[in-house]
Parts: sequence; structure tokens; C-alpha cells
Amino acid sequence: MYSKKFTRLAFGLLADSGLKIPLIQNVSSKVKAARSLCSWTVCLHHRQKSQLSNGLTRLNVRSISQSTLDPAEVRKFQAMASKWWDLQGELSALHSMNDLRVPFIRDNLLNMHGVRQLGKPLSGLRILDVGCGGGLLSEPLGRLGADVLGIDPVEDSVRTAELHCSYDPDFRERVRYQACTLEELAEDEAESFHAIVASEVVEHLADLDAFANCCHQVLKPGGSLFITTINKTNLSYVFGIVAAEQLLRIVPSGTHDWEKFISPEDLERLLESFGFYVEAIRGMMYNPLTGAWSWQQSTAINYALHAVKRKEEPQPDRV
Amino acid sequence: MLSLAKAKLAVVGIGRQCVAVRTLNGARAVHRSFSSSEHDQDSSTSENELFDIIISGGGMVGTAMACSLGLDPNLTGKKILLLEAGHEKKMDKIPETYSTRVSSISPGSATLLSGLGAWDHIVNMRCKPYNKMQVWDACSDALITFDKENLQDEMAYIVENDVIVAALTKQLQTLSDHVKVQYRTKVVKYTWPHPYHVSESIPWVQVALANGKTLHTKLLIGADGPNSMVRREAGIPTVKWNYDQSAVVAVLHLSEPTENNVAWQRFLPTGPIAMLPLSDTESSLVWSTSHQHAEELLQMDEESFVDAINSAFWSNENHSELVETAGSLFRMALSVLMPDSGSARQLPPSVSGIGPKSRVMFPLGMGHATEYIRHRVALIGDAAHRVHPLAGQGANLGFGDVSYLTQVLSQAAYNGKDIGAMQHLLEFETERQRHNLPMMTAIDLMKRLYSSNTAPMVLLRTFGLQATNAVPPLKEQIMAFASK
Repeated sequence: MYSKKFTRLAFGLLADSGLKIPLIQNVSSKVKAARSLCSWTVCLHHRQKSQLSNGLTRLNVRSISQSTLDPAEVRKFQAMASKWWDLQGELSALHSMNDLRVPFIRDNLLNMHGVRQLGKPLSGLRILDVGCGGGLLSEPLGRLGADVLGIDPVEDSVRTAELHCSYDPDFRERVRYQACTLEELAEDEAESFHAIVASEVVEHLADLDAFANCCHQVLKPGGSLFITTINKTNLSYVFGIVAAEQLLRIVPSGTHDWEKFISPEDLERLLESFGFYVEAIRGMMYNPLTGAWSWQQSTAINYALHAVKRKEEPQPDRV
Repeated sequence: MLSLAKAKLAVVGIGRQCVAVRTLNGARAVHRSFSSSEHDQDSSTSENELFDIIISGGGMVGTAMACSLGLDPNLTGKKILLLEAGHEKKMDKIPETYSTRVSSISPGSATLLSGLGAWDHIVNMRCKPYNKMQVWDACSDALITFDKENLQDEMAYIVENDVIVAALTKQLQTLSDHVKVQYRTKVVKYTWPHPYHVSESIPWVQVALANGKTLHTKLLIGADGPNSMVRREAGIPTVKWNYDQSAVVAVLHLSEPTENNVAWQRFLPTGPIAMLPLSDTESSLVWSTSHQHAEELLQMDEESFVDAINSAFWSNENHSELVETAGSLFRMALSVLMPDSGSARQLPPSVSGIGPKSRVMFPLGMGHATEYIRHRVALIGDAAHRVHPLAGQGANLGFGDVSYLTQVLSQAAYNGKDIGAMQHLLEFETERQRHNLPMMTAIDLMKRLYSSNTAPMVLLRTFGLQATNAVPPLKEQIMAFASK
């Protein structure tokens, strides 16, 4: 489901590198594949398609002002919000993943920065949520006191996220959303975030180098990058592609591209080459019976990673 | 990611079952959604004050909940409000006479109260520990005693409800930065949100007050007693029955000062009568009996009332020869099998008088809410479960709810969760029902077992009581469970 959004992210990243034509085809096929994945993507589809058919020019059109929305549009976002925010619905696994990823992000940030304020442990920290979708992860981080900026190239998702958080005054001036790509943001937000969160994102990216580079650009020195993704193993191939897509046809074939999955070792190597060092890698496991995630030793399928941007000094402190 | 989850689901090879589980969850969610969700009003959220948690009901349990939430570090900065229909219950000076409404406070509840800083106030005002409990039957010689191995340890405390509320209120005043309190405030209506986002509806619980104001809250905690309005308005079904019994309570003056550290309870065919220590010279009476008998007891002059109490504790008129013989044979057999087991029978102190105007009666019943939670709602204390006073567990079950709900909400806040979300509230419900239901069932069974004076039932309980009394590990289990 993230494929659409993040091929767009990739698309944005690569738009300047002269690979425009093949990418458009890639994106279209991805959209088709994701289209039937679940119904909410169908809602997204029309908008997405019109943007794509208009080509590159449409991609940069993203001025959003909620006050100028017509009521029909608002209703559409509300319908989508009920899908994004139905805890028992199609995205329940993403909701329950918060039980692991929020403490993972919180505890690692607290280790680096210390508790700042009781009840709002992350206050004073600026966090960028890349691929925020409906804001499922941005809101919990905002509740912990962080200043969160959620970005997503899909305008509809961003609008959904804005609408959902508008009801709670606690989020005012603390959680903001913006429909844009990471690359676009990197231009004006150099070294301005204490942390970046990219959850279930990198397995859909076309150009990880560009992603790592942009992350490095917007993070403050010593800032943290949190990634959760799928490993590139035989097991993840069997579980994620062969079983789900080809044998049991639970998801349409082509939803996930195993070639895009990345092992923690490769990801670590890549991040280190862009000026990060990796603090922690932990395996995660989803139990479909209980609908709960748990930490586990093995990183064979899903894993979470915490990397830190090196400070200027050649040998940074690794306490 | 979701596709992966589904893939794993399928590979486990029980895909169908998983789907069934999911559907079940879904059904539960739908079932728990409110029927009254049509009351969508204009979304003027900004004009109404939004709280994180509103507690409805400022009795013992509600006030403890407010203190407990106000003290939790992870809930610092949350907007918490306690609503109470009555006035603030301060106690500058302890009244000379004892109140008739008392609670037995288990060591577990005492730990909670001392964590809240209220226990010191209670000890400074007044409370009476007891080290031993003797329960015996009016129809036979069977008895069971509970005591701590060394009599130094307190088994539980008898505390007046007013003292508990006053101590908690005093403590709550020190938390005014964290918890707002509104006394003399009546709620006229609750409006429930949809379980998830629906267009143009307010996602919070709306609390309409008698003064015309409407408050919004992310989580409503119903601590409004056995006739809970929160429970009723939320449409949460309750399993309940009346026992056709009333309790007569009174303050008793003992004929001579004693150490008075034993809680006495005798099962009469009409219901249990209990004498709970208040001081060296005074005890509290809780006499559960038929409505008619209760009325009679209330009408009696003081002297006949005192006689009735003494004979209820001392008389042997209900003994039958058959049961007595069988009982003593069984006891002999037990003492051969397990010498040194059980304790000697003690005799309760005799009563010489009662406190002025202290006789009161109230009807007894049992009730249990089939659900303790809904989306953005949780029930605690008597609102969720009401028990017969015979085991002295009513307040303790409520304080247990307070303790666990605080723990769950604190963790939810530390994980950045929506404080009113079902996921962690379900954890609270599961854990508390796992504790409360067995306790309620046991109390209800005891009540029923002892309501009869037919020989087989009397024999059954005679043997049961004696056997239990002779097996210390079993007694310890019972005590450990009851003192949580």
C-alpha cells in the first residue's frame, strides 16, 4: 500500500536524474498493483491517476488550504479517515505496530537526549515523519511532546491526517503535515530535525542512496534516523511474495518487489557510507492471531533500525 | 507491510481461523459501538472544554481514582476532572461517634491508599486493624478461623467510609494543579462518540451538566455507584439480582473493653451477621436478613435490639442433632488425620448497647456489568460490580480497579496512545474481570449455601467449612486472594 506513495517519493527524488520516462511506467504499474489491495487505495487511485496522467507538472502542485476545500472533498477525506483510523480495520496491523515502534523511537531518543518534561518526554525535539500516511505514527509522537512534521507525497493522505488531528487541541502547533517529497523538503530544511522516522517506507523506494542523502541533509548532527522495514531473505521471499502473492493470492502479485527489500547489513553499510552510524537493529514479528507485534531476536522478516548522523568530528562519541 | 502480515497469516496455515478471529474482533467492536451515536451535534468543539479524563462520581473509589491519576508522572499535563453531585466532604475534626458505614480495607487496598498519601491521614483520624476472623454456622458447630501466622500482622482494617473519603479529599486538594474538581455538579446527559472517525461528528464523549454547560472528554470513567448513570446511558447490560435481603447496620457498644481484634461473622439461616471491631469498646454491626426482619429490627426498642444481636451470635436454637453428630464425627476424623490443625473456638464479646440513632437499613443486591469498558468509557467500583457485604470485599474490588486502571492509562500515555482507545481499556477489563468474577461468584455461592437450613446443605457446608479450616494452605490461598 505504501508502494504508490513511495514510488512517488522515489519519483520525486529521481526526477532530476534524467530517468523520467521509465519511472512513469513503473509508477503506473505499481498503482495498478496496489489498486486492488484494499478499498481505501481505490479512493486514492483516482486522484493519483489524474496526477500521473498530467505528468510531471502536476507533481509540484500541492498548495493546500483547508479553508478553500469544497464540502464534498472534506467528506471524502472523512471517509478515508475512518479507514485510516479504524483500529480494527484494514490497517490494524499498522496501528498495533505502534506498540513497538513508538517505544523504540521514544526510548532511543530518551537515551540520546534525556527526559525533558514529565508527561511530555519528547518535548523540544523536532521529528520528521517521512511517509506519514494518515498520521498513525505522527500523532503518538506528538502526544509525547515532540514537534512533528509529517510529509507524504499523497495529498489525500496528508489531508486525512490534518483533518484527524484537527479535533484535538493538544496537537495544535505540535503536529503539522505537508504534502511533499523528502527531496523537496530537504531544500529548505537543512539540519533542522532531531530525528527522522521512516516506518515501512524504504522497501518501496527506488533510490535508497538519494533517500539516505536527503535524510543526512535534514538531520541535525547527532540526529537519529529510525527505519522499520522488511529484510531481504529467503524467508521474507517465501512469506511475503511466494505464499501471499502467488500461492494464496491474498495480495495481488506485484504488490511487493522483493528486489527492493533490503537486509539490515546492506542498509547499515549504505547508511554508514552516507555519514551515519547504526546504534541498534531489532527483529520484529507480527502474530496474525492476536494482531500484536513483538520484538524477537531474528531480523529475518521485519526489523527496526536506529542510525545516528555522525557529528563533524571524525571519531564521534559512541557512548 | 499489511500484505506481509497477511502473507504470514496465510503461511501459518490457519488463515481461515485468523479471519474468523478478526471478524469476531470486528463484531465485538460493532457490538460495543453505541446505539445512541445518532446524536451528532454541530461540531463546535472549540467552544466546549476538552478534558483528557473525566471521572464521574466522587465517592471512595472515584476520589481515589482522581488522586491516583493526578499523582502519576506519565499523566502529568493531562487535563483531569472529577465531577461530584454532592458537596466537598471535609473532616477538620473527627466526629465523636462512629459512622455506621464502614469498609474492610485489605492490605492491598491499604498499600494503594498509602501510595496516594491518604493512608497516613486515615491512621491519624481513626481505623481499627484486626488480626483474626472467625466465621461460624448457626446450624452446627462448624467454624473456620483466618489469622496471620504471627498475630502482629494485620489481616485487614475496619475504616469508616467517611474517613476514607475525607482522607482522599484532603490528598486531592494538594493535587489541584493536576486534577480539577467540581462539587455540586450534576450530569444530565452523556453523548457517546462513534467508535471511529465519522464525518462531522465529535470524536469525544460529551457530558451535559445541569448548569447548561457541556464538557468534552477523551475518556470518561464511571465511578458513580451501583445505580451508575454512566453504565445505564452507555447501555451496558448488567447481570443482577436482589437477594431479598436488607442489611441493618449499627454501632455497637461492648459490655466490657477487650482487645477487640477479631472480625466475627455468623451465618444464620436468615443471613450472615457480622461484628467488626471499631475500637476497644465499640464494634460495627452488619446484619443481613429478610426485609421484614430488618424492618422489625429497626422498629425495636434499643434493649430488645441488643438482645436480638446477642442471641443471634450466641443462640443454639438452630442446631439439629443429626448435623451436630455428623459434624463432630467429621471433626474428630480430621483431628486424627491432621492433628494441630485449625484454631480453638473463641467467643464473641457481648453487646450492651448501641450508638445513638445509628440503626440504618439498606437493601442488598448483587450486580455485575457484563462489560467494564466501551470506546472512551470505563466503569470502576460498584458501577461495574456490586457484591454482598458478607466478605467485606466491596471497597477492595473498587480500589483494585483504581490501581490497575491507573497502571494501564499511565502506560498508554507513555506510549503516546489516545487515552480513550479500546486497546488498553480492554486490557483493564480482562484483567479486572479475571479477578472480580471469581470473587463475586464465591461470595454469591457462600450467600446461597448459607441461606438454607435444610440438613443436606447444612451438612455440606459443615464439612466444607471444617475441611477448609483443617487445611492451612487452602486457607492461605483464600486469604491471599482476599487481601489483594
